[in-house]
Amino acid sequence: MEHTLHQERRDFLRKVSLSAGGMLLGFTLFEDLSAQTGKGHVIDGVHHDFNSYLSIAADGSITIASPNPELGQNIKTSFAMIVAEELDADWSRVTVVQAPLDTSKFDRQLTGGSGAVPHSWKRLRTAGATARQMLIAAAATTWNVPASACTAENGYVIHKASGKKSGYGDLVAIAAKLDVPTDVPLKNHKDFKLIGKPIRNVENKNIVVGKPMFGLDFYRDGMVYAVVQRPPAFGSKINTVNDKAARAVQGVVDVVRFGNNVAVIANSTWSAMKGRKALEITYSADKALESSSDHADIFSKLMDSANARMHRKDGDVNAAFKSASKVIKREYECPFVPHNPIEPMNFFADVHADKVELIGPTQTPGSARRAVSDLLKIPEKNITVDITRLGGGFGRRLKFDYVVEAAEISSIIKKPVKVIWTREDDMGGGSYRPAVRYRFEAALDANNNLTGYKLRGVGMNAGAPTRENNFPSGSIDNLLIESLDHNSPITTGAWRAPITNFLAYAEQAFLDEVAEAMGKDPVQMRLDLLQKARTNPAGPVRYDIDRMESGHQCLFFSCILCRPDL
Amino acid sequence: MPVYSLNINGKVQKVDVASDTPLLWVLRDNLRLLGTKFGCGVGSCGACTIHLNGNATRACLMTVSSIGTGKITTIEGLSAKGDHPLQLAWDEVDVPQCGYCQTGQIMTAAAFLKKNPKPTLEQVETAMNGNLCRCAAYHRIREAVLVASQKTK
Ligand code: FES
Ligand code: FES
Repeated sequence: MEHTLHQERRDFLRKVSLSAGGMLLGFTLFEDLSAQTGKGHVIDGVHHDFNSYLSIAADGSITIASPNPELGQNIKTSFAMIVAEELDADWSRVTVVQAPLDTSKFDRQLTGGSGAVPHSWKRLRTAGATARQMLIAAAATTWNVPASACTAENGYVIHKASGKKSGYGDLVAIAAKLDVPTDVPLKNHKDFKLIGKPIRNVENKNIVVGKPMFGLDFYRDGMVYAVVQRPPAFGSKINTVNDKAARAVQGVVDVVRFGNNVAVIANSTWSAMKGRKALEITYSADKALESSSDHADIFSKLMDSANARMHRKDGDVNAAFKSASKVIKREYECPFVPHNPIEPMNFFADVHADKVELIGPTQTPGSARRAVSDLLKIPEKNITVDITRLGGGFGRRLKFDYVVEAAEISSIIKKPVKVIWTREDDMGGGSYRPAVRYRFEAALDANNNLTGYKLRGVGMNAGAPTRENNFPSGSIDNLLIESLDHNSPITTGAWRAPITNFLAYAEQAFLDEVAEAMGKDPVQMRLDLLQKARTNPAGPVRYDIDRMESGHQCLFFSCILCRPDL
Repeated sequence: MPVYSLNINGKVQKVDVASDTPLLWVLRDNLRLLGTKFGCGVGSCGACTIHLNGNATRACLMTVSSIGTGKITTIEGLSAKGDHPLQLAWDEVDVPQCGYCQTGQIMTAAAFLKKNPKPTLEQVETAMNGNLCRCAAYHRIREAVLVASQKTK
């Protein structure tokens, strides 16, 4: 993840219009890192390059549009805080609205990769500070005093000398007519009033009374409910479907097959669930299906394979192990793990011949729309996506299989439909963190010095299951990191901090074992290794030694804070 | 289909559903009381917790035909203005992350505090044990229950 801010365009923030007596500033929250569209975007009928906006209404209320889906990372609160800080706004008057998918305004509308706040930090601050400066200028003009004699505080511009005071809402009509200043100074961190303080989640009051806001809470009159039977094993295919009993269930209105799936459509969730239970489907498979015991065997074979990919080799590992007086060897294994966000997968779709409406919880609305467009051959511009709050994501909702499913079913039955996955569906047929097994070996010489280190990682659809430059690489003279990956039919997906989450645990658990074998305090042992990496490194050192040393009470030497390259 | 008269949040509501329909889906699909959440449907997560005659109960496991004249309270009926001591404490302690599990957590805690208004931390842990929070806001959940218990006279 790129954390540095891109070169700001001097004109990244422009006034768009005077809307309903308020002030609307458009600015660029995300730049498309992958592709520049090169075409102008439209806000309020005016072509601009913006993808977010800050509006201040005549009643003093302040709104910013957040393109990022909210799944509990609290982006709705943090974005608002950053703007309000520089704007010196009255915090209670600031809201963030969830923007619908809109590629005419937003370039990179997704939640993933922990990048939103680092990326948007300066842009949000600049937007707030610019609006503040314009409001001050508006007050100064009205009062006929120099702007430098005015200050802003808690939603007011104040002229101390005369005691004049005006609320932001009263100033926006004038401010909106002023030119947008450039090179607006930002606050010194020590002057922050909101940032750095514990500010509560802006949705708390709605959450604790059970206000509908999640995807599953979306209902529309006339919609039907679909529960889908997907293949019970990866690689199995439908042979026969007998839906007689399912159709007889009260409330079931249709049963449709699409691909390897059978959807039961009903006029209530419960009827759809009951209908699905009544389906009789037989399956076959072209190849033998993989089981967990197969996976264990595959891992064991890969552990002994001569065809590993070598990621890093320092010194002479074989010599170190040959001359070792003690070898410590440990294995750590983690199976496929589902994400299991507590709100099960669901999505609403209403497909017509030439347009589609999609509503629900997704981390990647843009990709979901593209996939639906590809499937239905309906242009993206005719497909709308509204993003609800997500009852957790953890990477599961980076995938949009359930969105496409809803669209496909609606296109077949020609009705608005909400697809609902059960908990079992999510556990059994979804998306998993790749299974991995690690074998660590450490060589100690006669004086209990750590002279050799080997890590072999094997995975299922893990890509490279190791990270060769994690600590302790660079702190041990003879080191070998290698991996192998098995291509499994089991579908996998990014699960928070892919690979590193379990690898970090395994690495640190192993180092504790090594410390014990060496008879050393486990923290001191790590500090000694860091010292070695600093003074006499073996190969490149890619972690921040200072940071790791200063924070040695931190358990996770491999986490993102110590690994700016992640 | 049979018609059931249910006493929910002090109001009698009539629903016409199959007799084996879980209360959870009656609340959600028929009555649009959407604060009661679907998390697992098998009694394992607690997201659907409501009160039946004052006892915390899983709405996903209770069929509509088994309720009879029992008094049901959902999160929507816990307080008139969202100001039950637990709801206030939940905001004060800033408990919610994604927020999806929280109404169920509050309903479990509310029934518990009625029976044990001044619990110890250990008792809170035991009482809240069956309500899962996938975002793992457990520390704050416990703290908020204790904060609420101090608010309650
Ligand atoms: S939905 Fe009822 S306990 Fe999970
Ligand atoms: S807040 Fe997300 S599951 Fe509890």
